[in-house]
Amino acid sequence: MGKVVVVTSGKGGVGKTTSTAALGAALALEGKKVVVVDFDVGLRNLDLVMGAERRVVFDLVNVVQGVAKLQQALIRDKRLENLWLLPASQTRDKDALTEEGVGRIIEELRERFDYVICDSPAGIERGATMAMRFADEAVIVTNPEVSSVRDSDRIIGMLDSKTVRAERGETVNKHVLITRYDAGRATRGEMLSIEDILEILAVPLIGIIPESQDVLRASNVGSPVTLNDANSPPARAYMDAARRLQGDTIAMAVPQERRGFMDRLFGRRAA
Amino acid sequence: MSMKFLRLLGSRGPTTGTAPVARERLQILLAHERSSRGHPELLSLLRVEILAAVARHVELDPDRVTVRMQCGDDVSTLEVDIELPNNAKQIERRRMAG
Repeated sequence: MGKVVVVTSGKGGVGKTTSTAALGAALALEGKKVVVVDFDVGLRNLDLVMGAERRVVFDLVNVVQGVAKLQQALIRDKRLENLWLLPASQTRDKDALTEEGVGRIIEELRERFDYVICDSPAGIERGATMAMRFADEAVIVTNPEVSSVRDSDRIIGMLDSKTVRAERGETVNKHVLITRYDAGRATRGEMLSIEDILEILAVPLIGIIPESQDVLRASNVGSPVTLNDANSPPARAYMDAARRLQGDTIAMAVPQERRGFMDRLFGRRAA
Repeated sequence: MSMKFLRLLGSRGPTTGTAPVARERLQILLAHERSSRGHPELLSLLRVEILAAVARHVELDPDRVTVRMQCGDDVSTLEVDIELPNNAKQIERRRMAG
């Protein structure tokens, strides 16, 4: 049985879709069978970031409503044979996703894949609650910025109360992924530090993705950053995060980071 | 050219260091938001039931009622402020007599 991971944040524009694509590709590179599922009904973009926008025929809503079979809607990645995409639809119908329908599809995907990665829409409405509903694990994408941290806190509250796991008295395994991190500005005290964010949210860290041109470059060409330039700092950071998601212990570092800061961070993790 | 020079100067001058302010603001805000989470309907439920209980015995104007809850770390308080119309007591006396 595969694991269901929701990539969520509350706030928009923090890097959920980029992170879904990058983590999905990273796990597939490690030999896992992965499907990335776009829950942003009405404003789908995962297909574009994955470079599959011209191959979408059927989508998540079609499968939920029984118009298409799951097999017909799944799109296989052209670069990695064990990476698949289930796109969202462009419908404006807010109630297109029923809990029963989504639950059925997630169960089917769980049986066929090692990882089912759900790309949540921004906000706290139906799409976001459906994306997290059946999750075993959650990656909470957070920028070092007050509004993002506040929204992450809200989402953490929902993960602890509105998921199937929470209702059964179990917990969703939560991880914070900090994106768009500028080490220089944090060191100068111009940006919330990693320590600040972790202390406030009280959720363990799974990775620090540096602010980088490589992320934009990858989305421009429709490729997950981990495939587009595997040696770039954000790609390496996402590869490390993907390994931590599988349970590996890897020392936390921001690629291109200064030594002193890494030591401080490592010291904190060990404590 | 001059912009570049200014930026260079800025980066070497004393930094503003606004991160501590951000951190403090967040901690205060989230302490407040977390305390009210999970009970979004509790307050309106309490309001309705308290009003119903009071209205059984005295006449009251629902618009003159405030129900407020404050959640602290150790103790939470529920504040109920009901303004009774001046004839309310008379109504009650009449009822008691009857």
